[in-house]
Amino acid sequence: MKVKQISVFLENKNGRLSEVTRILAEGEISLRAMTIADTADFGILRIIAEQPDKCLELLQQNNFTARVTEVIGVRLDDRPGALHDVMQVFEDNKVNIEYLYSTLMLMDDKVVIMFKVEDIDHGLDIIKKNGMEAITAF
Amino acid sequence: MIRNLYEDEEIERLDRDALEALQLLRLKKTVGTALTTPFYRERLRGVGLESPADIKTLEDIRKIPYTTKDDLREAYPYGLLSVDKDEIVRMHSSSGTTGTPTVIYHTQKDLDHWTAMTVRSLKATGCHKGDVFQNMMTYGLFTGGIGLHYGAEKLGMLVIPASSGNTRRQFQLMKDFQTTTVHATPSYMLHLYSRMEEMGFSLKDFNLKRALIGAEPHSEEVRQKIEELWGIDAYNSYGLSEMNGPSVAFECTEKKGMHLWEDAYYVETLDRHTLEPVDAGVEGELVLTILIRTGTPILRYRTKDLTTVIPEPCACGRTSRRITRIKGRTDDMLIINGVYVFPSQIEEVIMKMPGIGTNYLIKVSKEGTLDKLTIQTEVGAELFTDNAQDLHNLRKRIVEELSASITIRAAVELHEPGFLPVQQGKAIRVVDERGGLF
Repeated sequence: MKVKQISVFLENKNGRLSEVTRILAEGEISLRAMTIADTADFGILRIIAEQPDKCLELLQQNNFTARVTEVIGVRLDDRPGALHDVMQVFEDNKVNIEYLYSTLMLMDDKVVIMFKVEDIDHGLDIIKKNGMEAITAF
Repeated sequence: MIRNLYEDEEIERLDRDALEALQLLRLKKTVGTALTTPFYRERLRGVGLESPADIKTLEDIRKIPYTTKDDLREAYPYGLLSVDKDEIVRMHSSSGTTGTPTVIYHTQKDLDHWTAMTVRSLKATGCHKGDVFQNMMTYGLFTGGIGLHYGAEKLGMLVIPASSGNTRRQFQLMKDFQTTTVHATPSYMLHLYSRMEEMGFSLKDFNLKRALIGAEPHSEEVRQKIEELWGIDAYNSYGLSEMNGPSVAFECTEKKGMHLWEDAYYVETLDRHTLEPVDAGVEGELVLTILIRTGTPILRYRTKDLTTVIPEPCACGRTSRRITRIKGRTDDMLIINGVYVFPSQIEEVIMKMPGIGTNYLIKVSKEGTLDKLTIQTEVGAELFTDNAQDLHNLRKRIVEELSASITIRAAVELHEPGFLPVQQGKAIRVVDERGGLF
């Protein structure tokens, strides 16, 4: 299953990030992960929320440039080497990773790592074929 | 010993009657040349001018319709060529606002005439053999650099063809070769001064005596500031590629306006609204006819530059009248670090970029003493892909394409929606924050 990540364009300007968190707080959005890629003058904020559609709608209503990006959430045992197992499988099968980040919490003693890959269907297929588990939603 | 600052004293001090007789002679010849070009043949016949003999007095020039930049574009590439192609030894071209450039052809004789005007101009500022001349104007299709080059050599100066930019190297050359004379934009002279100390140089390293400044309108205050900072004389100059280039008009050592060499150019000024010629002493749009070129004749060219012809004679004794420093433009042309740019040239590049549309603002501002061009755009849904590299690539593409089309390196700012002012009525997409003639 693909997970909907919300990507937001942000200027590197005081108060922009807190403006996003304020909007999400007021909308009672539950966050599961958040990461920011920043450059000299702008950043891209990536959000995994329990209510992605509502999260997107709120941000767009507030005039933010936001969009849905599909990513894969892979559930892993919380042990050394678990991440490498996925990485190895991806590498062997030529799944190109654009970026990855971890989520905020354990789910049933497992960790969830979010992957943005070039070809998401291929990536999911590889996870399934290798007996790994991709989450459907939070 | 008082050095003779005339290159051709007889012509430079010719009394007005004789000067006008010479102008009439040359005007007739120029009209004759123009009649050999496809462009002017049609246009001149349209107003009943069939042969040079139809020009009987200088007043008759008023029968000739004005020539505009658009006309030159229309005539591109050969519509204004008046001699056999084999006679052409040089061309200069300028980029066009609509993609069509303009071109001026020169025969060897044309270049010799231009060089003579250049030598005259340089001498009028006191330049002489033995001077070291560092030319900081851009060499190339633009006439600013190459325009003074040959005259400076002919005069016997040591010419350093440094071209523009590379501030550190400019200092090193000025120091190593004890440059006495530089040719640069006024803003570059101020920029150089502001960088001197941090680059490890001081005035003691140099032997600078004068700066020839031009290519952008500037105030008397700016000239004086350059003179005070550097401890030199700064002379204003005027030229445009349609009229050859630098040395159309040049200040003499009196520094009270630029002598427009009337044996080479017929000068008129127009009322901006009625387009009728105005008297000397009244401000108007400068209109020029080049009398010393056969490769590409241009009659009554509307320069779009605002100036006033000074009727009173100059104390130096030269009889060619002076024009006041250029006060500005009659169109929306921007002059960015000496480069003439229409906003439409910038817009053309930006609007080609996918996802931007009309969602941009062109800002011209000052960074230190230099002009800075900034393109501001909003990153909306069409541009945003979740990939920072896509935005970097877009920015890079805008910078590269602007650099290729207008030779200016712009900064591109990416903003969130809502940053740009909401446009109502006629959209304002150009903001010039420099405030007048700096």
